[in-house]
Amino acid sequence: MFRLAKALRAKGVLGLNERNANVIQRLNERRLYPLVDDKLRTKRLALAAGIAVPELYGVISSQHNVRQLAGIVGEHRDFVIKPAQGTGGDGILVVTGRSAARKRMYQLADGDLISDNGIRHHVSNIISGQYSFVGTRDHAMIEYRVETDPFFAGVAFQGVPDVRVLVYRGYPVMAMVRLPTRRSRGKANLHQGAVGAGVDLATGRTLSGVLDNDIVYEHPDTGEPISDLAMPHWDHFLALATRCYALTGLGYIGVDIVLDRSRGPLILELNARPGLNIQIANQAGLQGRLTTIDDWQGAEYSPEEKVARVREAFRTIRQGQ
Amino acid sequence: MSAYRVWIIALLLTASGLSLFYYKWQVLSFPVAPRVQAEVWTVEVTISFEAGPGPIKASLYIPGLTPGFAILEENFVSRGFGFTENYVSGGRQVQWARRRAPGFQTLYYRAVLYKDPTQTESDTTPPFPPKPRLGEPFNTAMEVLIEDVGNKSADAESFAKELLKRLAQPVGDQNVQLLLGPVPSAADRARTAQTLLAAARIPARVIRGIYLQDQQSRARIVPWLEVHDGTRWLYFDPATGNQGLPDNFLLWWTGQDPLLDIDGGNDVDVRFAVQSNVISRIEIAQRRSDDKSSVLAPFSLFSLPIQTQAVYAVLLLIPIGALVVVLLRNVIGLQSFGTFMPVLIALAFRETQLLWGVIMFSSLVTLGLAFRFYLERLRLLLVPRLSAVLIIVVILMLVLSVVSHELGFEAGLSVALFPMVILAMTIERMSVVWEERGPTEAVQQGIGSLIVAMLCYAVMDLDIIKHLVFVFPELLLLVLAATLLLGRYTGYRLLELYRFRGLAGSGD
Repeated sequence: MFRLAKALRAKGVLGLNERNANVIQRLNERRLYPLVDDKLRTKRLALAAGIAVPELYGVISSQHNVRQLAGIVGEHRDFVIKPAQGTGGDGILVVTGRSAARKRMYQLADGDLISDNGIRHHVSNIISGQYSFVGTRDHAMIEYRVETDPFFAGVAFQGVPDVRVLVYRGYPVMAMVRLPTRRSRGKANLHQGAVGAGVDLATGRTLSGVLDNDIVYEHPDTGEPISDLAMPHWDHFLALATRCYALTGLGYIGVDIVLDRSRGPLILELNARPGLNIQIANQAGLQGRLTTIDDWQGAEYSPEEKVARVREAFRTIRQGQ
Repeated sequence: MSAYRVWIIALLLTASGLSLFYYKWQVLSFPVAPRVQAEVWTVEVTISFEAGPGPIKASLYIPGLTPGFAILEENFVSRGFGFTENYVSGGRQVQWARRRAPGFQTLYYRAVLYKDPTQTESDTTPPFPPKPRLGEPFNTAMEVLIEDVGNKSADAESFAKELLKRLAQPVGDQNVQLLLGPVPSAADRARTAQTLLAAARIPARVIRGIYLQDQQSRARIVPWLEVHDGTRWLYFDPATGNQGLPDNFLLWWTGQDPLLDIDGGNDVDVRFAVQSNVISRIEIAQRRSDDKSSVLAPFSLFSLPIQTQAVYAVLLLIPIGALVVVLLRNVIGLQSFGTFMPVLIALAFRETQLLWGVIMFSSLVTLGLAFRFYLERLRLLLVPRLSAVLIIVVILMLVLSVVSHELGFEAGLSVALFPMVILAMTIERMSVVWEERGPTEAVQQGIGSLIVAMLCYAVMDLDIIKHLVFVFPELLLLVLAATLLLGRYTGYRLLELYRFRGLAGSGD
């Protein structure tokens, strides 16, 4: 047991306790949390800074206004409803189209049908705070449904894969791509059963994947290899993630970026308490990289320089599989 | 910097906690080890009789001086009778009286006693008894026996021993046989022994009492002989001549008077019932603290009113449970629904016992979840739905209590002690996890919570823990210090070692 702890320590693996005490509490000021915990505020900040995000169709903030849903949805055939303060992807409803046979029925991403009554109930649940962090009242956001880039066609089961970039003091330190599976029911969250694959910061190529803390090399549903894929627009991904630091001022965030078929990389949300599974996906510990960046403090670098520095410093040494 | 400060604070807390503890332990001699439970005896005397038309007066001897035992509490139950307590030559007596009470009457006396070796009979030294006058041939037999026994003994103690030995085996000794009569009872022997001892100018008396044995519905009254050797009373079994008072002998009264004297009633029946129970020492201490001011009182919880003490006996365990939760979550890495929910569940387990607690908790949560899933289909708003779950939980608790009571499982009654609001929240959160993350994760987290609750219970139910936090609440400063230090623990959690195990091997 102690040998294992020692080995992990030697690899620089960051544990939850240490992340909470020495990284999050030190670098993430509590007053800044609402900026990322409320996706609506994040989205408005991003829009103000000219950062690409999925288009917001509308917001419903009171039970009374639930009936405005139809007006907000308008002619959009597909859309996403999500709680502004949700966690872990809970409470997100992805509508992919309307039922041809029955009016008033909508098609969900997983193939189920839902009535407009069902959708309204969901919205009212969101507003009453069922999915929010502390159970307080929440807003329901209705926004553009991201259409997955064909690049991911073989390695994602339904849903939308996203790229999680960990940004530490404005430097991207580690990245992974999260691929939905049948078990995650189209969601890109690792703890719901999605596969994560580390991405080499320098090259944008995927490394091995992780499923439930185990190393995998193929997608569990499609069987397609998930390692050594070259991520398109990788420079763009890193640039977007890096710019998010200035948006919030939080020193340690996870930036979730999706790749839309027509609009390219879009910022989906920021996370002030990003998980640590990214280390398993990358087969690497975070500690060393964080220390390296700590050592760089003192000099001022532009976002472009920051990206260049990490791509140079955190090149993943490929190992034989 | 902050780590440094935490250590200083923890050190100060530990030092002050320990020094207070040491002071109370060594100087004020608070007990460190829990003498957890003590046996108490409940003795109940039931007097039933058919009352005549006139006034009724009943005098019952009740325990007064009870060597080896102390009386915790006593009750007199007598509907419509007035009663007074008197000290008479034979000990303590209660007198019930009533002008008119036709028909069948029952009077009760109930005493709760516990062993207390410090209790002794502290009578004044009795005067030398007058020499008894007996008719012939008894007088001669007595004189011969006294002289014979006197020759074979040195003092009052050895005289009494020798005499009782003779009385116990009368065969072949005509003098003894003559004095005892044909079929002597233990009471006869005791009375004869008293007379013979008086002839030798040794004060003696017959005492009556009962043996405290568990579950006796009709305890027998046994005579015993007390002999005064000039400084203290010595006890002898009149039937065998053995010296010493048995541990479980409860002295009820002394002298030759009958136990009960009743005027105006007939068909009198007196019953002694004895039962043993186990109650905590704390309880005895609490009840005694009413009439006895203890050394512990000024610096401890013992000075608080008893009800408040009982509340704190439970409340003081919560920090211990919280510490266990910190350990399980931050050092082991277990997850549970709600941070302190397991602590409150563990508190309920203290009353229900573990097995029943787990069964009842699981069935409540399962049934509650079933209802919650149905409520989901009704499309209710959040707060009304939460309230509905809460109401259902209360109803379920009631049903569970009633059903288990009907089936004879009294343990089911304690379900009322579960924190229902916490249960309702647990059910709600579990159902959300169930829908969002699937049944596996919901059940996993549910079982995780149960395990955390069971471990909390296991620690909080340790007698030594219960005793220490109650008698030495300053030890909570140590708990606080430990919690602060754990708050700065940045090492891996035990389950993280498993989670990241794949990372340890590669790359070297």
